Parts: sequence; C-alpha cells; structure tokens
Amino acid sequence: MNAQAPIAALQDPRLNRAEPFAPPLRDGGFFQRDRSIHPPAHAPGYKSSVLRSPRQALLSLENSISEITGPVFGHNGLGPLDNDLIRNYAKEGDPVGERIIVHGRVLDETGRGVPNTLVEFWQANAGGRYRHKKDTYLAPIDPNFGGCGRALTDDTGYYYFRTVKPGPYPWRNYVNSWRPAHIHFSVFGSGFAQRLITQMYFEGDPLIPVCPILTTIPDKDALDRLVAPLDLNASTPFDSLAYRFDIVLRGARSTYFENRTAGN
Amino acid sequence: MPQPLNYLKETASQTAGPYVHIGLIPAMAGFDIFEKNFSNVLVTPSTQGERVTLEGRVLDGTGSPLRDVLLEIWQANAAGRYNHPADRSAGALEEDFRGWGRAGSDFDSGLVTFETIKPGAITDKMGRKCAPHVNVWIVARGINIGLNTRLYFSDEEAANAADPVLNLVEPPVRRSTLIAKRSERGGKVVYSFTINLQGPEETVFFDV
Repeated sequence: MNAQAPIAALQDPRLNRAEPFAPPLRDGGFFQRDRSIHPPAHAPGYKSSVLRSPRQALLSLENSISEITGPVFGHNGLGPLDNDLIRNYAKEGDPVGERIIVHGRVLDETGRGVPNTLVEFWQANAGGRYRHKKDTYLAPIDPNFGGCGRALTDDTGYYYFRTVKPGPYPWRNYVNSWRPAHIHFSVFGSGFAQRLITQMYFEGDPLIPVCPILTTIPDKDALDRLVAPLDLNASTPFDSLAYRFDIVLRGARSTYFENRTAGN
Repeated sequence: MPQPLNYLKETASQTAGPYVHIGLIPAMAGFDIFEKNFSNVLVTPSTQGERVTLEGRVLDGTGSPLRDVLLEIWQANAAGRYNHPADRSAGALEEDFRGWGRAGSDFDSGLVTFETIKPGAITDKMGRKCAPHVNVWIVARGINIGLNTRLYFSDEEAANAADPVLNLVEPPVRRSTLIAKRSERGGKVVYSFTINLQGPEETVFFDV
C-alpha cells in the first residue's frame, strides 16, 4: 500500500495519479494557451507563412462545451499493423533504413497521462522522399514504405510505434534549405481545443539550428522539447534503436463549485 | 521561495506541411494503406437531422485558394448533443454519429466539402441559447499553428443575432465572416463558406 497517496491528494488532486478520492470533474475548460512558446502565425523566415497568416487579433473565447468536447476514437477503428511502419506497407520485404522505435507519453500540462487518445504520424522514407503525388524530390520512393501510422494511447497515455528513421530533404524556402529529419505528429486529446500538430526531431541532427520552420519557435526550451533523445534502454538489441518523445497537451481545469444565481 | 507549481508546458505546434495527406488522408496522397479511413462524410443512413453539404474554400492573402489545406469539423448532432462524455445535456445521443470529420481541399480547385447534418442549438452553462454551429480547425503548409473558427448558418438569423459568441465579434461587420450561406442545388441543401486568411474580409479566428 502506498500510504502517501491520500496526502498527495490533499495537496493537489490534479497531480495525484492514484486518485483515492473522486476529483472534481475536469470540465472547466483548458488552461489558456501560452502563445509565447508557439511559432507566430506570421514568421517571415518561413516564407509560406507570409500569405497564410491571419493579421487580425484572435478573438479569445472562454471554453464552452464546443471546445471542451472532441471526437472519441476506439481500437475498432485501427488495424493491427497501424503502428508498425516497417510492415504496414511492406510488399516484398522490409523498407530500407535505420530501424527505430519511437515511444513516449501524451500528457497534459498537469502531468497526467491522456488516455485513449489518437496519435497519428507521418514521415519521409530513409532517403528523404515522401510517398505523395506532389513530392518530386529525386530520392527514390521505397516500394516497401508508406510512411504513415497511428496509435491509441493506453490508459496511462503511453504510445509506441516502429518505423525507419526518415532522411533530411531539400525544400524551396531559400535555395539551400534542408529539413532536419523529422516525424509529423497529430494528436487529439480529450477536447477539440487541445488539437495539435507538431514535428519530432532527432537528437544531434546538425540541421536543427538552421531550419527555417523549426526556428519559427521563439522559445529555446520549447524548441528543445521537440527533439527526441536516443533512448538506449528502450532499444531492442540487434534489432532497433529507440527514441523517446513525450507530447504535452493543454491542461484541463476542474470545476470545483457550480455558481448559480442565488435563488435558482 | 513558494512551492513550485511544476506544470508542464504545452508542446509547440509546427506546420502540418504540404504532405499532411500522407498521415491524415493517405488516399489523397495517392496510396491505400489503412483498412479503415477517416473521411469528410459524417452521416450514416440512421443519422437524425437535415442532410447538408458544407462547401467552401480557404483563401490566402492574394485571394487564391489553398489547394493543400486540411480542415476538420466538430459538431453536435441534430439534438444539440456532442458525442463526448463531458456533454451531459438533455438531447439524445446518437452512438453512431461521431460528429467529427476531416477533408483535404481539391488539389486543383481548392474546394473543401463535408457531408453532414445541421447541428441543433446548444445551451451554454449560463443557460444561454447558442446558435447552431460547426467548429472548424485548419492546418496547412505555411500555417504554423492550427486555426480555429466556426461556421454558423445563414437561415438562423434570430438565433445568430442572439448567439453569445457572435455577439463578442467587434466590429459587428466581421460577424458575417462566420456565416455559411444556404442554397439548394439539385434538391440538396448546400451551405457555402469562404475562409479568408487575410485582407479586409479576414475571417474571425478564435483563441480557444
């Protein structure tokens, strides 16, 4: 028995995972988004943002039921190979490239795991080429690699998938702009206001500090949090290296008291 | 020193990029990989409510349609109930109406369509009636953090005039940027919308 759990609950019910007491409902809306850690809409170094960035101030909206709720997904919507990019498009063998496992937790800002939430990921192949009809980079398509997958987090917020490490590739921003190796992530959370798309980068990639997309992020620590460290402990000997990538979504406020006009 | 709060920080957003279809709508990227795919069709034969098509474009600062944009919508059912455990309102839940869909714009025309039903009105926690609306989330190359907006319905004039969110929009002339226009085409109801990312008719986007 963990005798300290009730004490922790009294100190801060939001940070207590054992939850011996029923906590107040977490339906008070999400923590206000700290926009200073996100890239601004208009970031001229990333040229595509210039014509695609709103210029008026965003209208701040107190979360209503429309923002607190969001789509719910279940295992019956996923296939058994959806989180195995080495096998989910293999035609005549495994794809070319460094075999890797990517794993981590989806948390919210209180540190609590976000359970049963859909995580989708997509990437270029080991040569830096996307299986997409609009990608014309000269590196070859890999006949055994699709480049996308998805997973549902477990009840602690944990997810994992297997893939090959994507390659860097050139793109038209400056003449000699190259994307660092990266994997795109799409995450839902429990409410539509938590919806997030981001990119995971790899520890030690020398292209990280010169990437015009990555450097749209104004906060150095926020940028560092997009870089997944090598996780040797999670590697499979003689098979796959592992990288760890935790994702944090906005925290949910609790409703402690329902305030109604006196007499109602 | 006071006790540390120890909150984590939200993960920073990054653009969905031009190849967002690979991950989210692989058929549009040109291949077939998953057994079950998400789509822009929210309705099933048993869904209650008026069938409608939402149809529109997202325009950049030159007025040109984005041809690589991805939209998601999230809405209540015809009874005004969201299919989510936090919605404990009185309207009847429909288990097979998720209320969510995603669509990529056409690579030539930039047109985005959803096949859905018109949602019912919602009552907010202050007891105010909210006009029927669809919540919209927009990502694309060049969009660094997903944009949130809403679509309201042109034939709901009285409800729109009383809607607590529309009434926050100042100056009032900008409220029209959130209203999809109803028409009928071949016996089907179509609501048309234009989302302007910039310019004098820039759409109202929300910091939710």
